[in-house]
Amino acid sequence: MSRPALHLAVELDGDGAHPAAWRRAAHAPDQLLTPRRVAQVAAVAENAGFTLITLDDGVLPPGTAPNPVGRMGAVERAAFVAASTSSIGVAPVVPLTYAEPFHVSSQLASLDHVSAGRAGWVVSEEEQPEAARAWGRPLVDGADARARESRDGLEVARALWDSWEDDAVIRSVATSRYLDRERLHYIDFTGETYAVKGPAIVPRPPQGQVVVLGRPDRVPAAQLDVGLVGGPDLTSVTAAAAAAGTARVFAEVEVALDTPDATAAARVADLERHAPWPDRGRLRHIGSAGQLVALLGELSRHVDGVRLHPLVLDEDLAVLSRLVLPALSERRLVARPLPGTSLRTTLGLARPANRFAAVSLPEDAR
Amino acid sequence: MTRTDPLDVPRPHAQLHFGVFFQGVNHWTIWSAPESGSQIDPASFRKVAQTAERGLFDAFFLGEGLRLREVDGKIHDLDVAGRPDALTQLAALAAVTRRIGLVSTSNSTFNEPADLARRLSGLDLLSEGRAGWNVVTTDNAWTGANFRRGGYLDHADRYRRAEEFLTVARALWDGWADGAVAGAQTASAWAAPGAVRQVRHRGPQFDVDLAPTLPRSAQGHPVIFQAGDSGEGRDFAARNADVIFSAHGNDFDDALAFADDIRTRLRAVGRPDDDLRILPGTEIIIGATEEEAREKKRWIRLQQVTPATALGIATLLWGIDLSDRDADGPLPAEDPVVAENDGSFGARRVADPRAVVAEWRAKAEAHGWSLRETVIALGPQRGHVGTPAGLADKFAHFVRHGALDGFNVTPYLIPDGLDDIVDLLVPELQERGVYRTEYTGTTLRDHLGLREPLTHRSAAERRQAG
Ligand SMILES: Cc1cc2nc3c(=O)[nH]c(=O)nc-3n(C[C@H](O)[C@H](O)[C@H](O)COP(=O)(O)O)c2cc1C
Repeated sequence: MSRPALHLAVELDGDGAHPAAWRRAAHAPDQLLTPRRVAQVAAVAENAGFTLITLDDGVLPPGTAPNPVGRMGAVERAAFVAASTSSIGVAPVVPLTYAEPFHVSSQLASLDHVSAGRAGWVVSEEEQPEAARAWGRPLVDGADARARESRDGLEVARALWDSWEDDAVIRSVATSRYLDRERLHYIDFTGETYAVKGPAIVPRPPQGQVVVLGRPDRVPAAQLDVGLVGGPDLTSVTAAAAAAGTARVFAEVEVALDTPDATAAARVADLERHAPWPDRGRLRHIGSAGQLVALLGELSRHVDGVRLHPLVLDEDLAVLSRLVLPALSERRLVARPLPGTSLRTTLGLARPANRFAAVSLPEDAR
Repeated sequence: MTRTDPLDVPRPHAQLHFGVFFQGVNHWTIWSAPESGSQIDPASFRKVAQTAERGLFDAFFLGEGLRLREVDGKIHDLDVAGRPDALTQLAALAAVTRRIGLVSTSNSTFNEPADLARRLSGLDLLSEGRAGWNVVTTDNAWTGANFRRGGYLDHADRYRRAEEFLTVARALWDGWADGAVAGAQTASAWAAPGAVRQVRHRGPQFDVDLAPTLPRSAQGHPVIFQAGDSGEGRDFAARNADVIFSAHGNDFDDALAFADDIRTRLRAVGRPDDDLRILPGTEIIIGATEEEAREKKRWIRLQQVTPATALGIATLLWGIDLSDRDADGPLPAEDPVVAENDGSFGARRVADPRAVVAEWRAKAEAHGWSLRETVIALGPQRGHVGTPAGLADKFAHFVRHGALDGFNVTPYLIPDGLDDIVDLLVPELQERGVYRTEYTGTTLRDHLGLREPLTHRSAAERRQAG
């Protein structure tokens, strides 16, 4: 049997992956932080047939210290996008290094409700010490401590999503009970640095569990639905994908494409005059749409999806939607998500059983 | 109240403002009626917000509770419960509404300023200046069991933290100079050099140092609501808030006394006494005739106060478990037990239960009421009942005499509970000249007729008290 189609995700933060992307944007900087702009890029991605939008975030402003760029909270943008689209998945980046897992869990469950089951979550980390100063919290020091916060926070969020069984709302007029408290559960999580009682304040998300994406080298693979794997070349990406251990694996690919006006190389060079394009150890494609189609075809033999990081959204997204996705679609390599379909279903992931429902056997079965 | 000249009132041109409070938790929202929709379906939120917008309401309002309610250590199962995170839900509504304000109740005790201030600014920008923040503090450490710090912050400290929280939030919101962001891609930098101020705050509650992430919105920053009733809460509001969400909107004298108290507190801190809008929460029941309205009220109360709910309310009043009694029978014979705090967070305890029970007994006997009928008749009274014309006259009187500036309306039915208010009451109010006939501004601050945010007033402006 052939592999299922490749799923394409696209990172839509700011004006693109390059720190100076705004200089090539089709709009002035003061138009970036507007609802029109947020809705417009999402619409382009949805119309192009992407499976998923991701929205980067962190407590610190993007851009380098004396030259900040504005950024709205990813969860808020994701909810806004969810309400203005109908079929594409929406996944905000939410780091757990300092955030309250209870809030994060509620926010993402709510995103799943407002999107009718199209929510994802890219788990990340706040690495810079300045983030601790911004939060006013003691520094979570070192990679191990950050990994611990991600692991514990993710465990809390997932447990809270299960803390309401799907049918906890019974609306029993006869007994005047709105809830069946037997179907609500304290999670009583105790981790290394904190404890959380539960249950959630938000009913279980429509998908049961929001689709969680993250780096399998930073978060236990069992807690992820989709592993995001990097690597500077095809061999390392393939190796990382094979080792991921997650239900689905997406490769991270940065792209700069030839446009009718300029070659990809020229566009990158133009931006490099202002700032370097930081090397995040990801596969990078600088070239034509056709070459990218070939690369994605090659990748489709090793991964379930690719998350694209376009150099400049206004330029590369147009090429992706005019040339790349149609070519992939023609070859039956990608399929666009259908309206009314959850992100989980689009990705071919089963709706998870509820951990609490699973253990609550009927009395006579014990 | 014998005046007949409509201009012979303290505020002849005062306008009534409406918000809608989509309640996440409470027995006042009828869930048992066939026409009752879902409390969590996005379509319900959209419907209510769009109906309110059609009715030219100022704001759509969401409450917050960070732990499921319990009574005697068990999750309370009688009421509507389970609601979305307010800011997330409101950000979604920003995409499907155009004018109405979007107010989030968000806790200052279990949030951190950098994070919450940024979320609120995001909503403010996504809605182009329609965001509001109802600053609540939580009066129990029990909620804290859901957070990293665990139960914390005693009663005395919670408003201190709220105030310092707001100080930091405002510094963040004001951290970008106006026009900081470049107007063209050819600019030398995205934001003008030096236009973004680093915020360094060191106080008893917060020690933070960060660069704010967002510019000011069309309304400067989110409108500040406050909803506490203690003296400390009112003082906090007088110093900081733009709007008070009060519980004093049923009775004219009570509302006026509250409003006068707030005006006194405003003057005491050097603010003009018309600097704050007072919007009590209320329920509005409308009938074509007084008789029909009364009948409707009776039906509504029976839906709200089910036998089990009546027993629950009685349990809280008596301080003993009455859940196995007959709500349609007589009042319990036992004397109430005055308990300090038994860890129940379903409702507020009564200060002097013995006196209340004595009064209930007397009235029940006199009228031949069952326990449930007594709870309905003498339990918390809420809202206004009448014909559209009668209610419009009454509300015009309230607002023109300065007893309030409007109402935060709690529909008893989701999602259609606002329809008759919008279709029947609003036109009557418009006819009396106490309600807008179109939105004249685009921001929540515009709708409420508020001045510039407090931080953007000159010292002279702030001194010139009303
Ligand atoms: C009309 C009204 C609505 C309120 N809504 C909420 C709410 O949604 N969430 C919450 O945590 N507190 C809510 N509160 C509680 C207050 O914000 C405050 O924490 C509480 O009243 C205790 O403060 P106090 O001692 O000043 O009265 C509300 C209060 C009032 C009067």
